[in-house]
Amino acid sequence: MEFLNANLSYILAGISVGGQYALISIGYTMVYGILRLINFAHGDIFMVAGFMMVYLSAVLPLYQSIPLVIALTVLLGFVIERVAYKPLRSAPRMSIMISAIGVSYLLQNCAWYITGGLAKQYPTIPWISNSITIGTATTTIVTVITPFITIILVAALVMLIKHTKIGMAMRAVSRDFETSQLMGIKINSVIGMTFVIGSLLAAVGSFLYFSNYTSVTPLSGSIPGLKAFVAAVFGGIGSIPGAVVGAFIIGICENLIKGLGWTTFSDAFTFALLITILVAKPTGLFGEKSTEKV
Amino acid sequence: MRENVLHMENITMQFGGVIAVNNLSIDVYEGEIVALIGPNGAGKTTAFNCITSVYEPTNGCVSFYGETIVSNHPQGKMKKLYTDQNSGLYPKVVSLTPDRITKRGIARTFQNIRLFKKLTVFENVLVAKHMRAKQNVFSATFRINYREERRMREETLALLEEQGLLKLKDELASSLPYGLQRRLEISRALATEPKLLMLDEPAAGMNPQETQELAEFIIQIKEKYDLTVLMIEHHMDLVMKISDRIYVLDFGKLIAHGTPAEVQKNQRVIDAYLGVAEDA
Amino acid sequence: MTKKNEIILSVALVAAVFVVLTVLEQVLPSSSMLFVVLKKGAIYALVAVSMNLLNGFTGLFSLGQAGFMLIGAYTYAIFTIPMDARKAVYQYFDGGIINFTVPVPVAMIMAGLAAAAFAYLIGLPVLRLKSDYLAIATLGFAEIIRAIFQWDTLGPVTNGSNLLRKFPVFSSVTFPFTAAGICIAIIVLLINSSYGRAFKAIRDDDIAAEAMGINLAKHKQMAFNISSFFAGVGGALLAMYQTTVQAAAFKSAMTYEILLIVVIGGMGSVTGSCISSFLFIACSEWWLRFLDSETYIGSLKLPFLRSGFRKVVFSVIIMIIVLFYNRGIMGTREFSIGAVLQFFKKRTARSKREENAA
Repeated sequence: MEFLNANLSYILAGISVGGQYALISIGYTMVYGILRLINFAHGDIFMVAGFMMVYLSAVLPLYQSIPLVIALTVLLGFVIERVAYKPLRSAPRMSIMISAIGVSYLLQNCAWYITGGLAKQYPTIPWISNSITIGTATTTIVTVITPFITIILVAALVMLIKHTKIGMAMRAVSRDFETSQLMGIKINSVIGMTFVIGSLLAAVGSFLYFSNYTSVTPLSGSIPGLKAFVAAVFGGIGSIPGAVVGAFIIGICENLIKGLGWTTFSDAFTFALLITILVAKPTGLFGEKSTEKV
Repeated sequence: MRENVLHMENITMQFGGVIAVNNLSIDVYEGEIVALIGPNGAGKTTAFNCITSVYEPTNGCVSFYGETIVSNHPQGKMKKLYTDQNSGLYPKVVSLTPDRITKRGIARTFQNIRLFKKLTVFENVLVAKHMRAKQNVFSATFRINYREERRMREETLALLEEQGLLKLKDELASSLPYGLQRRLEISRALATEPKLLMLDEPAAGMNPQETQELAEFIIQIKEKYDLTVLMIEHHMDLVMKISDRIYVLDFGKLIAHGTPAEVQKNQRVIDAYLGVAEDA
Repeated sequence: MTKKNEIILSVALVAAVFVVLTVLEQVLPSSSMLFVVLKKGAIYALVAVSMNLLNGFTGLFSLGQAGFMLIGAYTYAIFTIPMDARKAVYQYFDGGIINFTVPVPVAMIMAGLAAAAFAYLIGLPVLRLKSDYLAIATLGFAEIIRAIFQWDTLGPVTNGSNLLRKFPVFSSVTFPFTAAGICIAIIVLLINSSYGRAFKAIRDDDIAAEAMGINLAKHKQMAFNISSFFAGVGGALLAMYQTTVQAAAFKSAMTYEILLIVVIGGMGSVTGSCISSFLFIACSEWWLRFLDSETYIGSLKLPFLRSGFRKVVFSVIIMIIVLFYNRGIMGTREFSIGAVLQFFKKRTARSKREENAA
């Protein structure tokens, strides 16, 4: 209990950032499940959403800029898939990963060009940026509502996947790509939908994340992106609940480590976790092992 | 009494709840051509993979010229799922990597031809000589072992000439017609200087003429290189023509074994291939 | 073209390159961008070839190159900072605990060995993973290495988050060319040897390679260690070029750049990696520079052209190459004198025929 009180602010921060990582990590895990592609550009889409909010909220009122940011982010994700990934679907796996790296590089350079390299201040969204005191810790409302928003969205997504036709199509495609095509499933719609959902969640994640860490730079997407990816691998790539669990674990541990004073290593912890899971159980906490037919 | 080349004992391969190979025991003696036949999905390639240690069998052992090369008993999750007896017989676990098994003298080909697509015909066979060369990475890089390199190249050229592939030696392996690709794969296996040659459906996709040529080819190389042959095959004419003995698998189990004549008359074999009519 | 003639011509070509370089150094001012491109290009060419050895020739998709370069750079710097400068460099750590220096060539080899040692340790768990997981695991390790080298507790050795400086550097362009050239030559010898063929076999079909007697674990480790050795040497050269070493500079972005260089040149072509390395550096550091400055035609200001546009154009070009020319400039072909002469022979023969027909 002592421990809890002393580190409450860190634990709360951890749950909050964990939720934000979770929203990003779902994008990674869904795309990998269907295309076997590590979408290196996903973290940068999150960053672009942050910048879009900065620029749009300067000219539009919030109730307009928020939906517009979501719409534009979704459009961006969709366009990236069509232009950079679809043409390479039949190319060797490495090519499409390299394309993702190229897109990431392009997004970061564009962001740098447009913003001039200086960090931009994220606009304050009223109410959620207000302070609130819980027990011994003072934090913002964002920190408190993030886990709830995350869980609601994830629940909605899981219901979509389990109970709708498109959800079933997604599950089929991630099991067996070729056969799904032969069975008449419109692959392009399924893949497009996957990117739409992933980008939407990333946009929501960006609202929550940047309300806390208010400085947005072109590189703001790469570390959260990488951590979200590790969360997805840790939980079992292809498994949405796994990604969410992994993200919360990473968020909490990372902040506890900061609390203990080992800040330099809070990032390295994530990677150490990654390597541990890859060596001990590569399929992740909730993943399934599959044998290759020789 | 001819030497026992391959002795497979109670090999079971279980993937979760699916039993792909069920207590299979096979013996192959020196100089024989033994065929493993059975309907699709009977577990033949899985059995091959157990022998060469591509898969670790759930239970059982395999020995080559008397020396155990594979041995396992149910472990971990399998302890609960494995229902058959025999597990106590194989307490020791021997699990060599496939390359070590090849070094001992077992070479194999694959059901879906696995050539090195981006390498030339010459390089495909030359690579198979790498394992037996007396070299290390320094002597190879700095050409100190140029004599070994020359020997490997000469032997490869000789082998290609014998197989009638010399003219094509600089072509990419993927550009060869199907029949020649098969021949190349077999030549590559021969380059490892095996004593037991395991062929997985060598006649797949061949017409009767090509199958006939393949039959003669197999007998030729058996004589020439002093081999024992174990093959999986579906082309019954090839099997009946050149095999000394046949083992028949169905649903992972051995249902018959004997000479071609015996097996042809076996009712269980006929039922397995043609299906049993429902009783009216 | 006989083997002997080819060798003589190759040696002549190499000598010619050095003559040209020496002449250029006399003629052009040392601040000329050409030298930046040549020096940095040579260093990146070495690292690109080392990455190609792993990714393009053995099929192991590893993204850890920046980490090994970092290890090489630090090892070199730590063991060559002159004794009298140590106090100033390690000012927060009491002069540091390393109290000796070694000659430059020794330090460079140590740089490679240190990187290879780390590669050996990392490779043990990581090399059996499937390609995508291998990429992420090596990326992760590179980041962990970066964090470790910034850790203040290791300050007495690494100077923590401060930079290392005052170690011996090179000024002439012939040094990096020689060093990189020797290393690349060794890698080419390896690729053309029996082990190189084994690597290619593993790339094409690792199950078949194993069935043909090639021990996957041992050969993958070999490729990984050797590739990292040369990445470490490349790191040492980079340290010399930049004159300072700081862990923060060796981000994963550096690995991505090398990867893009390899892809543009052609995975599986050493010549391709070398050519594309020079092109890449030339474009990013020199030729496209004008895109960064505000230009006016008369009194009209051209839109778009300002700082950062260069990199945007550059990224777009890379995307185009990745999408449409994904086999790269050279594909899997290599440069050979015989092939070039053949090319010219054919052209003269064709033009002679056209002459006669006319």
